[in-house]
Amino acid sequence: MDRLAGAGATLAFRWLLWGEWRRHPGRVVLGVLAIAVGVALGFAVHLINGSALASFDRAVRGVNGSADLQVRAASRLGMPDAAYPRAAVVGGVVDASPVVELPAFVRGERLTLLGLDVFRAGAVTPSLVGVPAEGQEAAVFAEDAVFLSRGTQAALGARAGEEIVLAANGRTARLRVAGAMPGVDDDRRLAAMDVAAAQLRFGRLGRLDRVDLKLAANADPGQVRAALTAALPSGATLSSADAAAESGDALSRAYRVNLSMLAMVALLTGGFLVYSAQELSVARRLRSFALLRTLGLPRRGIIAQVAVEGLALGMIGAVLGLAGGYGLALLALRLLGGDLGGGYFQAAAPVPVFAPGAALFFLALGITAALGGSILPARAAARAAPAVALKNAGDVIDPRSPAPWRLALLLFVGGAWAAFLPAIGGLPLFGYLSIALLLAGGIALMPWLARALLDPLSRRSIRVPAVDLAVRRLRGAPGQAAVALCGIVASTALMIAMATMVASFRGAVDDWLGQVLVADLYLRLEGGGSLDPAAQAQLAAAPGVARIDFGRQSPVLLDPARPPVTLIVRPISPAAAQGTLPLLTPVAPAPLGAIAVWVSEPAARLYDLEPGEPLALPLGGRGARFVVAAVWRDYARQHGSIVIDGADYDRLTGDLGRDEAAVLLRPDASRVAAREALLARLLPELRTTAAMAEPQQLRRLALTLFDRSFAVTYVLEAVAILVGLAGVAATVSAQTVARAREFGMLRHIGMGRRSVLLMLGNEGALLGLVGGVAGVLLGLVLARVLISVVNPQSFNWTMATLVPWGLLAGVVVALVAAAAGTAVLAGRRATAQDALLSVREDW
Amino acid sequence: MRVLLLFLILALAAPAPAQVRYPEVRPGVLLRFPADHGAHPAFRIEWWYVTGWLTGEDGRERGFQVTFFRTRPGVGEANPSALAPRQILFAHAGLSDPAVGRLLHDQRAARAGLGLAGARVGDLDVAVRDWRLRLLPGNRMVATITAREFALDLAFRPTQPILLQGKRGYSQKGPRPDQASYYYSVPQLAVSGAVEQGGRRVGVTGRAWLDREWSSTLLARAAAGWDWAGLNMDDGAALTAFRVRDRSGRSIWAGGSFRHRDGQLTELGPDDVRFAALRRWRSPRTGGIYPIEQLITVRLPDGLRRYPLRPLFADQELDGRVLGLPVYWEGAVRTVGGRGYLELTGYAGNLRL
Repeated sequence: MDRLAGAGATLAFRWLLWGEWRRHPGRVVLGVLAIAVGVALGFAVHLINGSALASFDRAVRGVNGSADLQVRAASRLGMPDAAYPRAAVVGGVVDASPVVELPAFVRGERLTLLGLDVFRAGAVTPSLVGVPAEGQEAAVFAEDAVFLSRGTQAALGARAGEEIVLAANGRTARLRVAGAMPGVDDDRRLAAMDVAAAQLRFGRLGRLDRVDLKLAANADPGQVRAALTAALPSGATLSSADAAAESGDALSRAYRVNLSMLAMVALLTGGFLVYSAQELSVARRLRSFALLRTLGLPRRGIIAQVAVEGLALGMIGAVLGLAGGYGLALLALRLLGGDLGGGYFQAAAPVPVFAPGAALFFLALGITAALGGSILPARAAARAAPAVALKNAGDVIDPRSPAPWRLALLLFVGGAWAAFLPAIGGLPLFGYLSIALLLAGGIALMPWLARALLDPLSRRSIRVPAVDLAVRRLRGAPGQAAVALCGIVASTALMIAMATMVASFRGAVDDWLGQVLVADLYLRLEGGGSLDPAAQAQLAAAPGVARIDFGRQSPVLLDPARPPVTLIVRPISPAAAQGTLPLLTPVAPAPLGAIAVWVSEPAARLYDLEPGEPLALPLGGRGARFVVAAVWRDYARQHGSIVIDGADYDRLTGDLGRDEAAVLLRPDASRVAAREALLARLLPELRTTAAMAEPQQLRRLALTLFDRSFAVTYVLEAVAILVGLAGVAATVSAQTVARAREFGMLRHIGMGRRSVLLMLGNEGALLGLVGGVAGVLLGLVLARVLISVVNPQSFNWTMATLVPWGLLAGVVVALVAAAAGTAVLAGRRATAQDALLSVREDW
Repeated sequence: MRVLLLFLILALAAPAPAQVRYPEVRPGVLLRFPADHGAHPAFRIEWWYVTGWLTGEDGRERGFQVTFFRTRPGVGEANPSALAPRQILFAHAGLSDPAVGRLLHDQRAARAGLGLAGARVGDLDVAVRDWRLRLLPGNRMVATITAREFALDLAFRPTQPILLQGKRGYSQKGPRPDQASYYYSVPQLAVSGAVEQGGRRVGVTGRAWLDREWSSTLLARAAAGWDWAGLNMDDGAALTAFRVRDRSGRSIWAGGSFRHRDGQLTELGPDDVRFAALRRWRSPRTGGIYPIEQLITVRLPDGLRRYPLRPLFADQELDGRVLGLPVYWEGAVRTVGGRGYLELTGYAGNLRL
């Protein structure tokens, strides 16, 4: 008996499922697609991030040669040689390898030059040791011998025995290729030579950039670290491969999380799409479900039926999505690189590595979205009394009952609360929670909002029957209206939020560029060239030059687990600071004997600095004291930057060289002439590496970079809009088709087909308008959270809100047009039937 | 006459930079002590080589070898950098324990400087990082070595005067007079100290041999390898014998010395020393075939004397290929009425000079 009932239920399942899918294949395809798109985007972003991080990690380890622990110079000035013997004799350190590490140029190609002691490197970082080519065995210590990684060899086309001219740290040297670095990955560009020769040839006598350490297998890393910290000279910091990887991760974490969140939004929208499709399909099948219930199918059976439908949709969609995501990742890595155009990683494009764990996660997510979208309406349907449902195929919700708003209010309050919580681990997790809560609140409020917006309209009688009927119909069937509205509101709100945030950001960057790029001409030496005081004086005396400010930017490590901050050396004085930097705070007077430094907004937020507070900088020995004079706005260096006056820097470090200059010209001077005059005054070997730019060029370049880094955001946004619009179209057309009987009736009582279509068009337009307006309003709220919470917490900079009004209007118009258009199109099909047949049709 | 090969490749294979002038080894130079125990940094190569037999409290006999090399590669001499490779130091230590059945060995290498490695001038104190060999007041030499598989903590006390090899310390190594080195030995050193193996420390006593050589040009071009033996006889006599072989295995040069227990020293020339293989052993690791049992025949004033050499065990091959070092055999050997060390180089086929 039980088995028979079971067999009957299975049959009923199959019958209902296939019947439904056969009749509405388009809807099935749309639901599957929606899930697939969401899963594909999420999975692709994850794969790309993973691959990019892995390649960055390999890059870091490639250059570091997998030392257990490293002593690193905190700034480009290096640390004294003494750091090496001091580190080498610390207990627990088995061996120590002194390294000079310099960015270098050969034949216009950028690479990293390592100066190594082959004996020490052989024990600590064997992968970095060069192997002499046949006939070059004697070159191990030769002062002019250089070993090239395969990547460098390929880039230079240089063979063993050949001579190359290598430029680094403002010097050039003629070196002989003595062999290869077989332990280095093919895509790394490294060159290695003797450490002492590198010191001599490239102006690093007495300085080291790192000391790689090998620890005893049984050493306690904590103890070794403590002993090392005590033994090291100032200007040296400890760093492990993990810390380097961590800083690599921190480099782009916020950016990656933002992209992942966008992908989640797409998935969520997909879930909504399934929800609205299933809701309609359930509403239309209420009578068949009621019939099945009266025939003995339990309430759970109905839910199970719809859930299986959702599960099937979700499975197909998610599997398609995984495949699509992998393809997308492949394509994106090839076209945009590992950071999706974000500019965080310089390495060659990595190959995506399939991640089974992540694949399962996104599979589950896709299925959950589809399942959730199906079960919610099924539960509502299962609750309906079979007798009522059998008779009435209309909306289950009574339009006279008050619309719920308490839940929405609760969600809003929760969202507002989450917006004020701090970041967790540098990630704005509460910010995203706030967005999710506000979004849910907005959707929950839709029935109430629809009523509130339509009530005033329906109370006054409208002359045009098509409009009047449309308003009354929407008000009388609040459930169906709400379903359609949810999808519209969700996708619109998220899109508006993103668009507003990006527009604000771009506007802020544009303004900032205007404030920062005040000179007439900028000069920069690529390839590690340097201008000594004599060369600086030469340039300053060039004809047409009214004023020239020399500067230098170099990384300085404040915390080994974070990416280094940029130290900017340039002339600046407290009195004239306002005109030099876009200050965000008043200038705090520096106490006597302390050196004023100017901290960028990200640096201030990352290292918790305020004007007047002391700051430890690894410059000029332990005696120097630094005080934050003020905080300034910087959108260019996400990991922070610190400005120090050139005179202070010279005094502290004795490093008088500069590699940048900002030139103000006399009013009557010609730019072209000034350019040539400046170039002519450079030393011949620097001339080829000098780049000159005018502020307009730099501004254009900066904005191009900005747009490139947001290119993926734009793509994801467009996908979210398309999914949203598809949802609107699907909902409206499904509802319209389901109302064929109603249209037949209307035509019986004398309404023309045109009028019916007009009514439908009005209905659609109203729906689009209400949804659009609500979406825009909600979107602006979400944008506020993105701009004031998510952005500062992930990127550590603030900006003013800039609302893209044109885009907002365009979105509303597009929504109204899409909703009205699809309603009319679907209406054509629904009213094409003979009116008599329509009325007689049972469902 | 014993040299580590990487060291030789580094020190001798590279043509000396034209601007570097190394001092020549000449006959008639008087050696002075203790100054000549210390380093001679102007010369191209130099070594301190201690080998010997130890008897442990556990009753086991072990052979050991502790070597420090110094070379002046002629590179970076004008470079003021503290890291410039003006002087390079290598150290090698081996322990032959019949219970292990193969040679335990380890090495250190470093450029001199920054307090991490160096060879003192005027006194014996040579160190490569944590390994050190030095002369303490009271004419006591000590070696502290911590290797991967063992540790040595040994003190050496001379029981006989210094033995000047060749002509009062001028030792010819090839047909040309400039193919020579300054060479002295201290045989019959009384050893005391401890050997650590697998965390167990064993007190030891024994007999050892110090070899000291420095030179700038050493080997003939045709040389493919050499055999060397230093034997402490039980009666207090000491035999040094070496030969340089060409590629076909014939001797290019040979030499040595015999010091009678009464102190009478006989210099051995190329015609006075003969090496003959009694048994060969094939290394399963490298395929090298070594004459590990040899019969050394030397002509003394009182006639020919034969010394058959038998190794403590066969596998005392030192395979340094993983670290880019050469392969050679360096082992503790017994003879009738004496014990010592035998070195066999250039048998594994990959010696490039």
